[in-house]
Amino acid sequence: MIKAVPKPLEEIIDLVKDFHKVLIVGCDGCVTVCEAGGLKEVQVLGSSLRLYFTQAGQRMDIDETSLTRQCDQEYLDQLKDRIDHYEAVVSLACGCGVQYLAERYHDKIVYPGVDTCFMGVDLERGVYAERCQACGKCILANTGGICPIARCSKRMLNGPCGGSEKGKCEVNPEIDCGWQLIYDRLKILGQLDRFEQPVDPKDWATSRDGGPRKIVREDLRL
Amino acid sequence: MGRFEPKILAFCCSYCSYAAADLAGAMRLQYPGNIKIIKVPCTGKVDLIHLLLAFEQGADGIMVAGCLEGNCHFLSGNLRARQRVNRVMAILDRIGLEGDRLAMFNLSAGMGARFAEMAREMYAQVLKLGPSPINIARETAARPIVEVAA
Ligand code: SF4
Ligand code: SF4
Repeated sequence: MIKAVPKPLEEIIDLVKDFHKVLIVGCDGCVTVCEAGGLKEVQVLGSSLRLYFTQAGQRMDIDETSLTRQCDQEYLDQLKDRIDHYEAVVSLACGCGVQYLAERYHDKIVYPGVDTCFMGVDLERGVYAERCQACGKCILANTGGICPIARCSKRMLNGPCGGSEKGKCEVNPEIDCGWQLIYDRLKILGQLDRFEQPVDPKDWATSRDGGPRKIVREDLRL
Repeated sequence: MGRFEPKILAFCCSYCSYAAADLAGAMRLQYPGNIKIIKVPCTGKVDLIHLLLAFEQGADGIMVAGCLEGNCHFLSGNLRARQRVNRVMAILDRIGLEGDRLAMFNLSAGMGARFAEMAREMYAQVLKLGPSPINIARETAARPIVEVAA
């Protein structure tokens, strides 16, 4: 899922300080799972902001809500009867949700309340790690199920590089060398012969190099 | 403004500190009457928002009192509570309230004297901090503006 972290309170205070009516909108999707932007985080942010502005002697009305997803029009539509009451909105969804909310309510000021980080997994509660960079043409079948694009610091397709040492990456000894992981797994799977043929250059047009991407599935459209 | 009498809330776990408070009463130990107890099934039930809302509603101080570490009836409820208390203390420090208005204590059901001592410690700490900035701000806003003729 998408992983995000809450923005520092000071940053959000600074964004909303010139308004008097603000709506905080959470998302029940990915950001709820990583405890950055679900209803609970909305309530904690709302209460923290109310406390801050009360002690500062500034009038500030803050309301709170959360939508099933902010990356779907039908859920964003649920705000249509109330959004006009607010001067600004703080969205705790990932960057996709913030943008889609701003797109749906074009004349409304919408601020992000989280920093969206990556697509990843939960190693344990509070520890998340990146696993996929959405390159648009998945090669996991050839790499022992370990992604060289997301897990090799240099995104090498024919690794490892000379900086791999004792299973760690030269970029940071905290990072596992992605290609060491690939080697170890291919060995377990009895597929080390994959290393005998270099992999052809990847077509990065399906990744960000082709510009902003869009999927059109004619088989799904009405 | 009259003499400051702090409003202090105590979230007490039913297995330990609530029973300890009861024992302190049975032992006729003195502790400040400003401490209002809320009984919870486990301090793990106390979430960030409960603590923040209590401050919004005018608490000058809050104590969370759970079982001794390692003795939680739900294994890790008191550890979670301590982590949440720490998180709220950090938030309070960043929004103009003192983090020290909040404290976590650990004790067992048999520690009646410790409960009374803990209550006195908290009372003294909040007394030293003075009224919550929230209460001061509300009082200032409510005070009528008196025009003084030159
Ligand atoms: S808006 Fe973002 S966080 Fe919410 S469900 Fe969609 S992708 Fe996940
Ligand atoms: S190869 Fe591409 S799609 Fe597959 S896991 Fe890696 S980045 Fe994601």
